[in-house]
Amino acid sequence: MQLKTCEILSAVALLTFVALPGCARHANSETVIVTGSSTIAPLAADVAREFERAHPGVRVDVQTGGSSRGLTDTRRGLAQIGMVSRALGPHEHDVVGFSVAIDGVCVITHRDNPINSLSKSQVQKIYTGAIEHWSEIGGAHQPITVVSKAAGRSTLAVFLQYVGCDSTDIDADVVIGDNEQGIKTVAGNPTAIGYVSVGAAESALARGVAIRIPSLDGVQPSTSTIRDGSHPIRRVLNLVTLTRPEGVTRQFIDYFRSEAAHELIARHYFVSVDPP
Amino acid sequence: MTPRSDRPVALFVLRSCALGTITILVLIVAFVVGESVDVLRNAGLSRLWTDPTWHPASKTNPTFGAVPMIVGTLFATAGAVVVALPLGLLCAVFVNYHATHTLRRLVNGVIELLAGIPSVVYGLWGLTTLVPIIAMIRGPGTSLLAGILVLALMILPTIVLLIDQALREQPAELALSAAALGLSKSRIIWSVLVPSAWRSIGTASLLATARALGETMAVLLVCGNAIKTPTSLFDSVRTLTANIALEMAYAMDTHRSALFASGLLLLGLVGLLIAGIELLERRVRT
Amino acid sequence: MTAPSRRFDPRGLGPAHPSSAVSVGAAAAVLAVFAWLCFDMVRQGVGVVDWQFLVHEPSDAGRAGGIAPILVSTLWILAVCLAATVPLGLLTSIYLAELTPRDDVVGRITRRSLDALAAVPSIVFGLFGNAFFAYGLGLGLSILSGGLTLACMILPLFIRTVELGLRAVPASQRDAAHALGLRPIAIAFRVVLPQATPAIVAGLVLGIGRALAETAALIFTSGYQTRFPTSVFDSGRSLSVHIFDLGANIPGGDARAYGSALVLVAILFLLNRIATSILRLFGLEAPR
Repeated sequence: MQLKTCEILSAVALLTFVALPGCARHANSETVIVTGSSTIAPLAADVAREFERAHPGVRVDVQTGGSSRGLTDTRRGLAQIGMVSRALGPHEHDVVGFSVAIDGVCVITHRDNPINSLSKSQVQKIYTGAIEHWSEIGGAHQPITVVSKAAGRSTLAVFLQYVGCDSTDIDADVVIGDNEQGIKTVAGNPTAIGYVSVGAAESALARGVAIRIPSLDGVQPSTSTIRDGSHPIRRVLNLVTLTRPEGVTRQFIDYFRSEAAHELIARHYFVSVDPP
Repeated sequence: MTPRSDRPVALFVLRSCALGTITILVLIVAFVVGESVDVLRNAGLSRLWTDPTWHPASKTNPTFGAVPMIVGTLFATAGAVVVALPLGLLCAVFVNYHATHTLRRLVNGVIELLAGIPSVVYGLWGLTTLVPIIAMIRGPGTSLLAGILVLALMILPTIVLLIDQALREQPAELALSAAALGLSKSRIIWSVLVPSAWRSIGTASLLATARALGETMAVLLVCGNAIKTPTSLFDSVRTLTANIALEMAYAMDTHRSALFASGLLLLGLVGLLIAGIELLERRVRT
Repeated sequence: MTAPSRRFDPRGLGPAHPSSAVSVGAAAAVLAVFAWLCFDMVRQGVGVVDWQFLVHEPSDAGRAGGIAPILVSTLWILAVCLAATVPLGLLTSIYLAELTPRDDVVGRITRRSLDALAAVPSIVFGLFGNAFFAYGLGLGLSILSGGLTLACMILPLFIRTVELGLRAVPASQRDAAHALGLRPIAIAFRVVLPQATPAIVAGLVLGIGRALAETAALIFTSGYQTRFPTSVFDSGRSLSVHIFDLGANIPGGDARAYGSALVLVAILFLLNRIATSILRLFGLEAPR
């Protein structure tokens, strides 16, 4: 009896660790795998669902994990399409990029903070540590809690470009990852200042979260000021492929860039790009 | 009488299972080393503690100083264990020796469920509930203190379940003979039963330390993540795990490699911890 | 089978020293903090949990609809994970506790590597699983990759818990079996293992809890897909990944994040009961 238990256990262990991996999957030619940026993933998943509805028999699997994963997986052939929520760099011309939407970045403060407008130079001084108290720009007698994004994040890159600094100049008290974390951090701290995606900030404001979106250089950040180009901080959301896309992959990218996806893009608080 | 020898096949199966678990670790270490080879070759591991700052993504002058993060990791982990271990021990003692049967089942049930709450929920709760309270005492709120408290909460279930089990498995003879000597209840518990379970308590705290050291998502949300060596409990800190999770999503080339090197550093810390325990055990044995 | 030795119940000793008030107080404090956490979870999440939530697919990036496919994927991932962990874990812990002397080299190396494995951050498991199972073995982003990655992750916790239980079985039991002429492996499986049932259940509970709660390791291995899986080679989003996405990435996803967390806790509760019953079915007595 004792050896029966032992044998059953080892058979099961062997089966799961050896046999199952052995019968590796045969890739379905009608499946498109999309991986990458967590900013684009929720939108892409919704677009994929609509696309599948219009093209029966086709599957589009959307995965997340960050822009760098999108590039890595696409290069390795693990995915047909990568999602990259920033402009492509000089080392990244081995892939083909397609812009699908535009996202803006805005500064947010706590709702109880009386300051309603900020200038570019004020923001720059706050983030480099030249201004340390809200009172220096007409606010409360409290130190400023500077919330910034982690190194490598595309929101950080476009923000740095706007204020004209290098990442080494930034003097942050709190470093965050995704937009929602930034909004929750600022909403929980009356002295905080942060910057997040405009769409995320607008949607949080609409839900009654305790934040405020001060105007920047006199322009109120919103999806409409991003669309008309007056809002200064913006980034492009890209899809990338290893080679010129063909077949279903091509169809999906075209669908993403067509009128059909505009409503979904708007519902995710992004701005659609005009078809070329 | 000499024992009849075992079937060699059965023994072989058992031994290969043990070797299989070693293989997993070897594969993981090989993978982490392989991915960090870029930084190791071009910059060298020592720059992780000689560089003054952490700017691995900088194109002109990348730096890889990880000392503030090592300090942050150690403080957060040690703090969490210091808070959670006594509390967990007291809870286990309560469950085993003071609670009624119903209460004991209730507490155990609750603790088992808590072990399964995703760390991101602890993190979200910490960020929206705990952090504003700490911010009222002293800013910025997201701090070492918040990290320690959330981590302590997360490792408590593991500690309580393991110690509870160890106490439950103490032979009855031990307590009965102590009682026969006329010792009081608290003397029996604290001078006889708890000390005799010290090895299990040690294992429990080791597993809990490992858990706290490796925890990522909750710490990322509540610790603040500024790369500065903390000078007080209210300072923002970044742990090595949070560093990996925060930056990995967008890291390419050297930056990605540097993150794996910081993962290697974390494995090194674990190695040190284990070596320390090994030494301690040897000293106790002799 | 021998009856387990009687357990001592010091409550029979009457009122304790005032110092016992400390442990009562500590337990009360811990329970109070957890009650606070649970109250917050329920307050924010209970509004979205109903039958519709459980049987519908998510829509609008999870802000609307339910979690049905995510529940199915979660259970599949867990099944793969346990199918790998339980046999491998039980055999390894028997080897460690019963068949090697305490200062045996292989045993000590195994134990130390398990300790090291326990402290590897989950995101490293995720990246490793992505490179090894998904890419290296060609399993793709699938429930299988995710389950096996999780198995690597919870093995140390499971093995150490079971090993502790095995070691706690009194030596007299082994000596008696030995005297009857049983071989060490037979002693391990027929005498010691059944008595360590509470430890096995504790290991299962901790392991399942850890596996269900894991996020970082799964985003990179089992993926983000919210469709019903049709085989273990499909990608499937686990409940914890869903909670993470809703809580940290989707604006306005908080209520459904907490709602999903409540469902997760309910599943954990159910699985604990099932684990206990299965052990009973196999003739192993349930703990307590």
